[in-house]
Amino acid sequence: MLFDSNIFFAQLVSVDYMRGAALSVAVAIVSLILATVIGFFMAVGRTAKQPYLRAPAHFYVWFFRAIPALLVLLIMWNALPQIIPALRADWFSPFIAASVGLGLVEAAFMSEIIRSALLSVDDGQGLAGRALGMSPAKVMVKVVLPQAIRIALPPTGNEFIGLVKYSSLASVISLRELLTTAQVGVNITFRYAEYYAAAIVYYLVIVSILSILQGLLEKKFAWTSKSAKSKKSTEATVPAPMGIS
Amino acid sequence: MTQQPILQVRDLHKTYNGNQVLKGVEFDIEKGQVKAVLGPSGSGKSTMLRLMALLEPADSGQILLKGSRIGSREHKGKSVHLSERTLAIQRQEVGMVFQRFNLFPHLSAVRNVMLGLTSVKGISHHEARIQARDMLQKVGLDNRADHYPSELSGGQQQRVAIARALVMNPSVMLFDEPTSALDPELVGEVLEVMENLAESGMTMIVVTHEVRFARRVANEVTLFDGGVIVEQAEPEEFFTNPQHERTRKFLSHVH
Repeated sequence: MLFDSNIFFAQLVSVDYMRGAALSVAVAIVSLILATVIGFFMAVGRTAKQPYLRAPAHFYVWFFRAIPALLVLLIMWNALPQIIPALRADWFSPFIAASVGLGLVEAAFMSEIIRSALLSVDDGQGLAGRALGMSPAKVMVKVVLPQAIRIALPPTGNEFIGLVKYSSLASVISLRELLTTAQVGVNITFRYAEYYAAAIVYYLVIVSILSILQGLLEKKFAWTSKSAKSKKSTEATVPAPMGIS
Repeated sequence: MTQQPILQVRDLHKTYNGNQVLKGVEFDIEKGQVKAVLGPSGSGKSTMLRLMALLEPADSGQILLKGSRIGSREHKGKSVHLSERTLAIQRQEVGMVFQRFNLFPHLSAVRNVMLGLTSVKGISHHEARIQARDMLQKVGLDNRADHYPSELSGGQQQRVAIARALVMNPSVMLFDEPTSALDPELVGEVLEVMENLAESGMTMIVVTHEVRFARRVANEVTLFDGGVIVEQAEPEEFFTNPQHERTRKFLSHVH
């Protein structure tokens, strides 16, 4: 049985694969958003002075870093509906269970990324904002966060790619994402090579697009004026860090 | 002078980790005066400025701006710190310029100057831009308005920082060694802006090592050492006929 490129190409353009790929990306996006929001509050909690804010944040990160994502998904889909009747309703789909489950786990890792990004912003920035009369919340939103985002962007891109791949774990809770789609096809046809190869191509394309998007986003955070860029382009100057002359 | 001093500092104390940094600092400054503060590093000069900018609370003592107490209040015979919200409002009255500029690197020069106007004073974007441009012109940087801090020289960055503080229309401007982080050839442009500001009647307290600037621009020169004010006099008097041995010793090092 040789590699049959007709089967391979048929799968590559099949609706099933496209739907599976879209689901994988969608799970990754929803869980990353959830993880970033939870992770931000955990990061702020972990850097807080008050012990009653630090302790729960610390516990959260400790707990979800320890538990395998697969186990969290199984608990989300199988155990929770037994305990919480409301989750037996139709709206609680494998997609929601997978997104929330992966989001909860990922939040523990995002909180570490966000925490180190927040800590990397120079103390003088907060001082300057406060000296202008800005409230602590304004200082966070207008001064600290924009700078922290730039630091957090590359590792977050990594996490996003990880999530696209982790979404394949959702096959255990019957979500027909990309890898499950391939596996289902294999089980019927036994054309392993062709079906898996099609999945590889999809993953490569997804991650390539994400990398390009990340690159564009990082350019937006370059903090240089366009006019100066064209002027300096031949000098290839590296912008000096703030405050060092 | 009979008018009330614009800023009065009374018996200011501050301790960090058991280390007494300020041990009862007292002085007045009249409106439109320029006070230069000299002193060795670690003498508490910068701490005093931070306390006056309300960036850190004093352990005890009072700061009065135009006769009313700021930063803390009296409650049942004890001094209590004000809420962060009240402090934020009071801070607008005091402009602060930092040694390392502390410009916001993610904002262009004009946006650095605009941020206080839009986010603190609630001024519209359009109006804030006009005011910020105006202020940048006063520090000679209207042609650099759209450049980011990383694209400006240290001297230009510090001038933007001065504009950023000035645009809030403070009653007093505090300078914390504004030229210490600059290459020698960039010091002049910053001092020039400060001198113009002094001539325009701004009340200024300048912690500095620039003895020539202190002599030429200041109305009063202060030597700070060991957490207290050692000597306080008019520039001529201070530099030619200091009353304290400590001042003579300090001047022999910097001259």
